[in-house]
Amino acid sequence: MSKNEVNRTRRNLILATSAFGGAGMAAAAWPFIASMSPSDKARGLGAPVEVDITTLEPGAKVVVKWRGQPVWVVYRTKEMMDGLAKVKDQLIDPDSKSSKQPAYAKNAQRATEKRPEILVLVGLCTHLGCSPSDKLKAVSDSETGADWQGGFYCPCHGSRFDLAGRVYKGSPAPINLPVPPYTFLSDKRILIGEESKGA
Amino acid sequence: MQMLKQLLGWVDDRFPLTATWKEHLSEYYAPKNFNFWYFFGSLALLVLVLQLVTGIFLTMHYKPDASLNAAGVPVAFASVEYIMRDVDWGWLIRYLHATGASMFFVVVYLHMFRGLIYGSYQKPRELIWIFGCFIYVALMAEAFMGYLLPWGQMSFWGAQVIVNLFTAIPFVGEEIGIWIRGDYVISDATLTRFFAFHVAAVPLVLLGLVVMHLVALHEVGSNNPDGVEIKKLKDPVTHIPLDGIPFHPYYTVKDILGVAVFLIVFSVIMFFTPEMGGYFLEANNFVPADPFKTPQHIAPLWYFTAYYSILRAVPPMFDSQFPGVIAMGMAIVVLFLLPWLDKSPVKSIRYRGPIYKWALTLFIVSFLILSYLGTLSTTSGRTLVAQICSVIYFAFFILMPWYTRMDKTKPEPERVTA
Repeated sequence: MSKNEVNRTRRNLILATSAFGGAGMAAAAWPFIASMSPSDKARGLGAPVEVDITTLEPGAKVVVKWRGQPVWVVYRTKEMMDGLAKVKDQLIDPDSKSSKQPAYAKNAQRATEKRPEILVLVGLCTHLGCSPSDKLKAVSDSETGADWQGGFYCPCHGSRFDLAGRVYKGSPAPINLPVPPYTFLSDKRILIGEESKGA
Repeated sequence: MQMLKQLLGWVDDRFPLTATWKEHLSEYYAPKNFNFWYFFGSLALLVLVLQLVTGIFLTMHYKPDASLNAAGVPVAFASVEYIMRDVDWGWLIRYLHATGASMFFVVVYLHMFRGLIYGSYQKPRELIWIFGCFIYVALMAEAFMGYLLPWGQMSFWGAQVIVNLFTAIPFVGEEIGIWIRGDYVISDATLTRFFAFHVAAVPLVLLGLVVMHLVALHEVGSNNPDGVEIKKLKDPVTHIPLDGIPFHPYYTVKDILGVAVFLIVFSVIMFFTPEMGGYFLEANNFVPADPFKTPQHIAPLWYFTAYYSILRAVPPMFDSQFPGVIAMGMAIVVLFLLPWLDKSPVKSIRYRGPIYKWALTLFIVSFLILSYLGTLSTTSGRTLVAQICSVIYFAFFILMPWYTRMDKTKPEPERVTA
């Protein structure tokens, strides 16, 4: 056999060995990569939370923790509800078509028809996850811009949301604040995080 | 003496001690015309050692634990306060580490600027530049993960924003975000893994890259302010470059001066203004992390703000903020391509024409403006300025193949000057 001639059997064996070794390496990497996913314990912490809104006054907001995230419950006044229609033209997604909410909250007020004035939102900006600050009152300032009807302002990158969590045009946030699944256990108690049957 | 020589001989027969010393120090011939800008490579090495040493001692007292202690304070946050108040000299070690982080970037940015003005990335030094870019990226990862560890408000929300950049990736983003955090939000799982990366994984990568950076440098030899190759003209007998001087003792001694001056500046900052008016340590980070409340104003530390400005300058498109994230990533990727974008026949700014000088000036000014804007909150006026500067930033690189070819260069000298 001359020097330049390839021993095909040997070459194939080397190729097969390398391929087998490579597959083994990839398989060995899997447990390490998978170990970085949320543990069973972290997954289990997603249980629903109950909120008592007995002391929540009209025009006020409470914050509760659900899955480690801030969830807002806002009791909207009559004026606040009226403001929702006024800002419609200034919003990116006024009908919440590409935003996240349960079916029963995919309406003008983004809340269940049973208690349309109670707004439940995940209080994390859809841009990069900061928690927007309250600008609940219809008072315009340098951050909210003119003709403010009440809402929220994200201090990180200046996204603005109305009192249904709908994002204003010109904000870096692409979609509305998500509405989590929730259900009224009674007049004064809300269960957040549970996909209810009829809300 | 004879005994020592014998011992050295014994070692050299088994390990290339003398040969290594000669190759990298006493017989590594560097151009004789190094100037001020050539201090920053060795200073970067000094800061790296400083960060490693102070970091090791900090891990002896620091606890990566986000759970609340009996007093209702996160354990990690409390352990940093404990280091500052109760550990003997703990404040010194921590301020060395925190100031060191910012000074690392000061030194590295100046080192990169040196590479830009003297064309140190050009052939045959492309790989030195690429390894350097990887070092820069590793350094950013190291700084970002380290900043989470004190578990203050800025730590938490900074990490929240940066990890959310990955969730902007279409289709798989949400899953990637959860995988990086190890949870649905920034939590204890995130803190402990960032700790592991910050103290073990990234430093190992960093050290490996620094070795590769130096090996590549010593393979091709150092560039110099004139951008001419000293290896072209060698002494016919000794084969030593005519314009080369041994790194040791000439440049070791020069670098000691640099180290002395640097340490004076470093000490002044560390002892008198370790927070540097909020630029090195942000006031909000003296408040424990609160997942419910974003601070009124959040900004990354100064060394990331240029990229942060680029991120904010790009408006959302197609219901997604992904374009901004892409722009920010490209701002770093484009650095890697520099050796192939520059078509100039000369290396050094000394022999370049007016177009390059203008382009570089505009680029540096834009980078500084972007860095400054990134520390501020946005207004429509500021966003416009950031957009203009972002365009200049990218134009500097994208148009480079054309303007460097058009530019009228001066002839390079045969040998180094002065």
